[in-house]
Amino acid sequence: MNLKYNYAKALQKIVKDEFDKFGIQIDFEGLAEINLHRELNPDEIMQLQENLSAYGIEIISDQKELLVEKIKNCIIEMVQQGEVDSFYKTSFYLTEKLGYSYGYLSNTFSEVTYSTIENFIILQKIEMVKSMLMKENFSLTEAAHKLNYSSVAHLSNQFKKKVGLSPSSFLKIMEQREKINLKNNVELSRNKL
Amino acid sequence: MIDKNIKIILVDDDEDDRMLFGTAIESLDMDIYLTTKENGLELIEYLKKPETIIPDLLFLDLNMPYMGGFECLSRIREDPKTKKLPVAIYSTSSSKKDMEEAFMKGANIYINKPNDYNKLKLALKQVICTNWQYKQAGFDMDSFILNL
Repeated sequence: MNLKYNYAKALQKIVKDEFDKFGIQIDFEGLAEINLHRELNPDEIMQLQENLSAYGIEIISDQKELLVEKIKNCIIEMVQQGEVDSFYKTSFYLTEKLGYSYGYLSNTFSEVTYSTIENFIILQKIEMVKSMLMKENFSLTEAAHKLNYSSVAHLSNQFKKKVGLSPSSFLKIMEQREKINLKNNVELSRNKL
Repeated sequence: MIDKNIKIILVDDDEDDRMLFGTAIESLDMDIYLTTKENGLELIEYLKKPETIIPDLLFLDLNMPYMGGFECLSRIREDPKTKKLPVAIYSTSSSKKDMEEAFMKGANIYINKPNDYNKLKLALKQVICTNWQYKQAGFDMDSFILNL
């Protein structure tokens, strides 16, 4: 069975329901930031943290981690909209949106994640390419166009550099892995009967 | 510097390789807790114990007595407790067939054991940092593949 779902919608529904349990109304600001209609007490924060952790959702209290999450969300938005095509555009966008100098954003990001903003952008793009090839049946040309790569060769080279395999070898391996998983699941079901 | 405590298990029957790996890990500027096992069977028994904390990353040799890397990998992927554990195959084999089989059976990383100590340090640092970045970014670990 395959599922297709709207990640943002599912996430917001889960978060909203959990806050509803405490009678707290919330408004979303983007995907991962919320405004509360009233202050939370420490017990409520702890309980909410526990409930949300079941869905892999974490409440971030550290200011630097919070800023890094904002940087990540901005980058995800930019990549999804195919707007990451130059260092200048990325740094300008992040500076404008978050209100800090690019130097400060860049240093904070590296301190918390042990990676650079530039590396995160490349990883994010590569992950989106994987998803487009595997789940949406995009061709490499379509993926390169959608994510604003200058050419298919550029995307292909970047993919090879980060994954160590060409996009076609990666896809072949993932298809075979899927077949093995399906076969194992069928055998597991038979053994249970 | 990665100052979070990273738990790593190495499974390798070769004592010299285990020592070299340990020395390379120690020399990295990271807070890593390394556990070693000598073969796949020993690892599976260790992972089955209720008190065992599932590591952040597992390095697995292919050719080992009692239980080799491929069988061990299949068992890890079958067990819900370790299904998502990032696994790096760490082997002397540079054959394309072994690399593809490893990925098809669910490995995330394939490293051809470097002969040179400095190359080993670089490879380990790259693998540990990439694994960390994927985890931090919240990417889907099922499609995390790195061939070194």
